[in-house]
Amino acid sequence: MIVAERKPFDEIKAMLAGYGKVFILGCDTCVSVCMAGGRKEVGLLASQLRMSFKKDGSDVVIDEDTVERQCNKEYMELVLNKLKDYQVVVSMACGAGAQLLADLTEPQQVLPGVNTRFIGMTPKDGNWVERCRACGDCVLGETAGICPITVCAKGILNGPCGGTDHGKCEVDKDKDCAWTLIHARLDKMGKLDNIKKIFPPRKHGVKTHPASQVHEVYKGE
Amino acid sequence: MAASFKDTLKSGEFIVTAEVGPPKGTDIGEMKQHIELLKDKVHGINMTDNQSSVMRLSSLVGCHIIKELGGVPILQMTGRDRNRMALQSDLISAAVLGIDTVLCLTGDHMTLGDHKDAKPVHDLESVQILKAVRTLESGKDLGGNPLKGAPSFCAGAVVTPEADPIAPQLLKFEKKIRAGAEFFQTQAVYDLDNFKRFMDYAAKFEVKILAGIVLLVSAGMAKFMNKNVAGIFVPDALVREMESVPKKEQLQKGIEIAGRMIRTLKEQSIGHGVHIMAIGKEAVIPEILQVAGLL
Repeated sequence: MIVAERKPFDEIKAMLAGYGKVFILGCDTCVSVCMAGGRKEVGLLASQLRMSFKKDGSDVVIDEDTVERQCNKEYMELVLNKLKDYQVVVSMACGAGAQLLADLTEPQQVLPGVNTRFIGMTPKDGNWVERCRACGDCVLGETAGICPITVCAKGILNGPCGGTDHGKCEVDKDKDCAWTLIHARLDKMGKLDNIKKIFPPRKHGVKTHPASQVHEVYKGE
Repeated sequence: MAASFKDTLKSGEFIVTAEVGPPKGTDIGEMKQHIELLKDKVHGINMTDNQSSVMRLSSLVGCHIIKELGGVPILQMTGRDRNRMALQSDLISAAVLGIDTVLCLTGDHMTLGDHKDAKPVHDLESVQILKAVRTLESGKDLGGNPLKGAPSFCAGAVVTPEADPIAPQLLKFEKKIRAGAEFFQTQAVYDLDNFKRFMDYAAKFEVKILAGIVLLVSAGMAKFMNKNVAGIFVPDALVREMESVPKKEQLQKGIEIAGRMIRTLKEQSIGHGVHIMAIGKEAVIPEILQVAGLL
């Protein structure tokens, strides 16, 4: 899933300076699971803002709602009408959701309420770790299901760099060295031969940004 | 004229290289002094490439100056700051300047240095840079396009004999050899028994291995490296030896230890030579060589 974290309250409040009617729109998919921009977090932010503006003596209207998936047009169409009356919409979705919102509400001002961080997984409650860089050329089959592009700070192929020490990364001693993990797991699997070959330079040309794809069934539409 | 590094590797001599760091800024006075001091005493001088992710004069220009002053340059090339376009461009540029020895490295991570917010590149890592060197020599670039004039290099890489765990390190070491490494300069070694064990394993490969000698300037430095530097292990006996003299005499003790280690390596034929890294204290390298009996 996509992991995001809410922007600091002061930053959000500062972005809203000068606006009298604000809508906060959450997303109940990824950012809800990582407790950054789902229904609960939207409610919390709206209450914080109302209290804070009231304390300042400003008469700012803050309304809120949360859609199932902000990156999907079908779900967004359910709320577009009610957004029209507001000067600004704070999107609590990831960058993709916020951009679809801006496309659909042009020329309305859309502001980001979260910082989108990474594609990750949940090793335990309340913890998320990055596990995929969406590189478009997956090598997990050869690297024992551990992604060297993501888990290695340098994203290198062909083995550990000289900075690894006792299985840890030179960038952060609390983080594991991806290549030490890959080597150990392949050893257990009896498949060390997988990484004895020299991996060629990656093909960055397969995915220029922004990437896009169309399902076979929809081609030609 | 000084022998090319490739010829030195073939000569069977005990090989000595030393590292010089380029300056941060345009004042190359001290760098030139170090090059002048070392050029006739060592077989090759490494010029570091934004070492420790600290922005400095380029390795390429530093190597050009070594060449101008009559020394044998070893161009350090990391993949941290340049993608495959820039690396290949620098490699053919080096060849045109007569710089024909290159040490291929992945490079320290950007966040360890003085431009922590810069975007790290890592398009190619050490093994792939070695392959790029060999590809250019074949008359083609990594895109498969023909070159108008192909370079010819003596290519090397690094290895950490004290790496823990050692197996992933050795797997990469062997890949570097298959990718075309002709010589290795190792991370610092202090425990010569450990290094001998590594050399016993490495003897089967047709490569020259130069033991990394990092000058200890104080007992504190030894302890710091043990705690903080990957792949460096200073045995307790050496730490105690450094501590056995007052602080102001510790540099001298470090010179004595480095010289003694080099002498032992040479006398017992462990490895094929040494690579001396006297970070910030290049001026004392001749003293180390004297203690080692090499001057």
